[in-house]
Amino acid sequence: MKASPSTATTGGLSRRTFLQSTALGGLMLGLQLPLAGRVRAAAEFAPNAFVRIAPDDTVTLIIKHFEMGQGSTTGLVTLLAEELDADIERVAIEYAPANAQLYGNALLGGAQGTGGSSAMADSWTKMRRAGATARAMLVQAAAQRWRVPAAEIAVSRGVVSAGNRRATFGELAAAAAEVPVPETVSLKAPGDFIYIGRESTRRVDSRAKSTGTATFTIDVRLPELLTAVIAWPPAFGATLKSYKADKALQVKGVVDVVEIPEGVAVVAEGMWPAIKGRRALELDWDTARAGPASSEALYAEYEALADQPGQAVVASDDTAPRLAKAARKVTATYHFPYLAHAAMEPMNCVAWLHDGRLETWSGHQFPSIDHPSAARAAGLETSQVTLHTLVSGGSFGRRANPWADFTVAAVQVAKALKDKHGWERPVRMQMTREDDTRAGQYRPLYVHKAEIGLDANGALSAWRHAIVGQSIMAGAGMLRDGQVDESSVEGVEPTPYSIPAHSVALHSPAQPVRPLWWRSVGHTHTAFAVETLMDELAEAAGKDPVAFRLALLDGDPRMAGVLKRVAEEGNWGRELPEGRAQGIAVHYSFRSYVAQLVEVSLRADGLPRVHKVHCAVDCGVAINPDQVAAQMEGGIGFALAGALYGEIDIEQGEAKQSNFHDYRVLRIDEMPEVAVHIVDSRLDPTGVGEPGVPPLAPAVANAMYRLSGKRVRRLPFAAA
Amino acid sequence: MPELKINGEVHAVDVDADTPLLWILRDELGLTGTKYGCGIAQCGACTVHLDGQAIRSCSMPAQALENRDILTIEGLDSRVARAVQEAWIRLDVVQCGYCQSGQIMSAVALLESNPAPSDDEIDSAMSGNICRCATYQRIRAAIHAAADTLAA
Repeated sequence: MKASPSTATTGGLSRRTFLQSTALGGLMLGLQLPLAGRVRAAAEFAPNAFVRIAPDDTVTLIIKHFEMGQGSTTGLVTLLAEELDADIERVAIEYAPANAQLYGNALLGGAQGTGGSSAMADSWTKMRRAGATARAMLVQAAAQRWRVPAAEIAVSRGVVSAGNRRATFGELAAAAAEVPVPETVSLKAPGDFIYIGRESTRRVDSRAKSTGTATFTIDVRLPELLTAVIAWPPAFGATLKSYKADKALQVKGVVDVVEIPEGVAVVAEGMWPAIKGRRALELDWDTARAGPASSEALYAEYEALADQPGQAVVASDDTAPRLAKAARKVTATYHFPYLAHAAMEPMNCVAWLHDGRLETWSGHQFPSIDHPSAARAAGLETSQVTLHTLVSGGSFGRRANPWADFTVAAVQVAKALKDKHGWERPVRMQMTREDDTRAGQYRPLYVHKAEIGLDANGALSAWRHAIVGQSIMAGAGMLRDGQVDESSVEGVEPTPYSIPAHSVALHSPAQPVRPLWWRSVGHTHTAFAVETLMDELAEAAGKDPVAFRLALLDGDPRMAGVLKRVAEEGNWGRELPEGRAQGIAVHYSFRSYVAQLVEVSLRADGLPRVHKVHCAVDCGVAINPDQVAAQMEGGIGFALAGALYGEIDIEQGEAKQSNFHDYRVLRIDEMPEVAVHIVDSRLDPTGVGEPGVPPLAPAVANAMYRLSGKRVRRLPFAAA
Repeated sequence: MPELKINGEVHAVDVDADTPLLWILRDELGLTGTKYGCGIAQCGACTVHLDGQAIRSCSMPAQALENRDILTIEGLDSRVARAVQEAWIRLDVVQCGYCQSGQIMSAVALLESNPAPSDDEIDSAMSGNICRCATYQRIRAAIHAAADTLAA
């Protein structure tokens, strides 16, 4: 089946349904319900859940998405400020409380959460309407005060004016609060945008993050705050038999040692005594049920499974006969390892049980999961739990967590201390880098097997593909029995390429390692298989890789558009110095289209050095073009790190890597020069946080083949 | 009780002699701009200046620090530092921002010893600082931009 915007789904909602639900459901709720649980200051104007204007001119925008670096805060501020005609330099921001009714994401089935590169797509109409509604009410208040028609009133950067009458937003706030909320508002024509689409609109958090003043979870300071470091199971599936805490309790600064369901927490007055205390614990683990036996054993098991029938994702009766008649065939088996997210801020959460309530502070990427999970762990109702969402030092999927692991562990420690001592002291559960790297919740290990036929004219005739690996959605408890996990196959099926006979089978074995989405999810492996196969097929057909792909993208002008654009910008086929080669790939993900053209040489150790990347992206309207570029640059660096070095190797249930010395990530001397080319578009905005990742690794592998004559069928390159 | 000179002020801190500077800054003094990333001097998130040199505070025990000048992101105030931070802001270098205090401390130390570094010199001075968001292209551009400001 071909993927197109009208059939692409996220969270079970088609794009069409999403548009309807935005217009009729979430938006109206968002606009009409007052901000819950908050006492409104006198004379403050809060026309909806996203805007508050105080008499002192403070404009506060409520940010419904979690900021992990992807720039969605800047995007939401841009949308709200644009239609409000606020002074974007002077708006304050506040991260939304847990309230899915007000802050739910229609692209995630109404749950409050950030993921699937959906923040701008979900917010495009919703946030502009919220801003325009507030603006219309301020205008109406001014019209009544000055007795002039609303049509004669102008608004610019927080000032309302008509003729020589002027009033600031704050001066009109009290009066605007009395104006009925309008049923309909009109939105600006794109030609009138002053913030959207402008390079001059800058990130709202650059100053705080360039001066060390941004507050992350690790920076939260509260009176009497304790630090907890947990002795986690050393292997997946291991359980605690017994422990002795005597020596740990003798470490200066350690205040107590408590057991929680998953391990033993050393609680101290600071991080260093907590780390020393943990070293002094004597632990006895039962590893009898630990697994899997090894990554290599999984590869062997999965290869055998790939030859079995499996779950039919798509099945054409023509595939087998056409393969039997094919003039030429390409067959390939791919190995993809477990991957850790390795966000710079190791996972953490502050929990404070006091006065019959719980407060938590963390990078709560999914309040709809974290909120009830925290309440359950504390034995409280969600109405007794307040989540404070902070910016986080990366996530890449790690903090969108079905188990809410870091939140729950922090609450469990706080509860253990309260139950044991009656203490109501706040506790920060802080993972060390080693804890974070070895905690599982990895991009699962996958095996792909493909068999593809070409006819006598070199045209694609049939494609059989098997994928084996853990289901992320089943691991998260979000998959019905018998349902295909789309996130295991997305990019192989659906695909934008026209394939005459297509059969895709899936096997989803369970393992003791928790599987999790890792920036671009299934596309991390499917794009590699499909886009390196495209080059192999082009070679087998005696055709140019770009021309071969374009012939299969006839019905998809946006895919073809980014591929042609990148070929042109990167001068595809140009003469290169000896030892350098180009490689190209294109992929559709998160409703966006990205093509990348790389220039590569080989280092003495055989690994690729990527000198230059041209990246063409079609993401509809680029709300913040410089941030679209930033996400492409970052996605490319993140993808290159994974392709070069990314591998968690498991033996006897233990992750063998633990820190940046053996789980290597990209460093500055390995970062290519990146040129981003954004397709000019007036279509609704789509994802940018993840779509920059998938094409990079196959583009590099395709260039490596031109240099070495060897196809890369295993990631990372360092293991191949 | 070790006495440490941090950002021009002397602090007496009651910690074990093996306590790394990072945790003294964060847990004892509330200077949270310096971040924890790895604890083994692999990532550079904890970079501070010790007598003007960029060092990893996670691996520098208190006992080695008496009578030495320690500078953290909170104490940055030189002409070079201002040029670096303004370039970082102008070019929107940051994404998650967690590593950026360390990046900026390394960049300031580089420009204080080499006012016009080449790309290779930048790579070599900055390769101890990991940015998982891979903002490296902008880090390089911001260091060049700061160098230009300082040369003007």
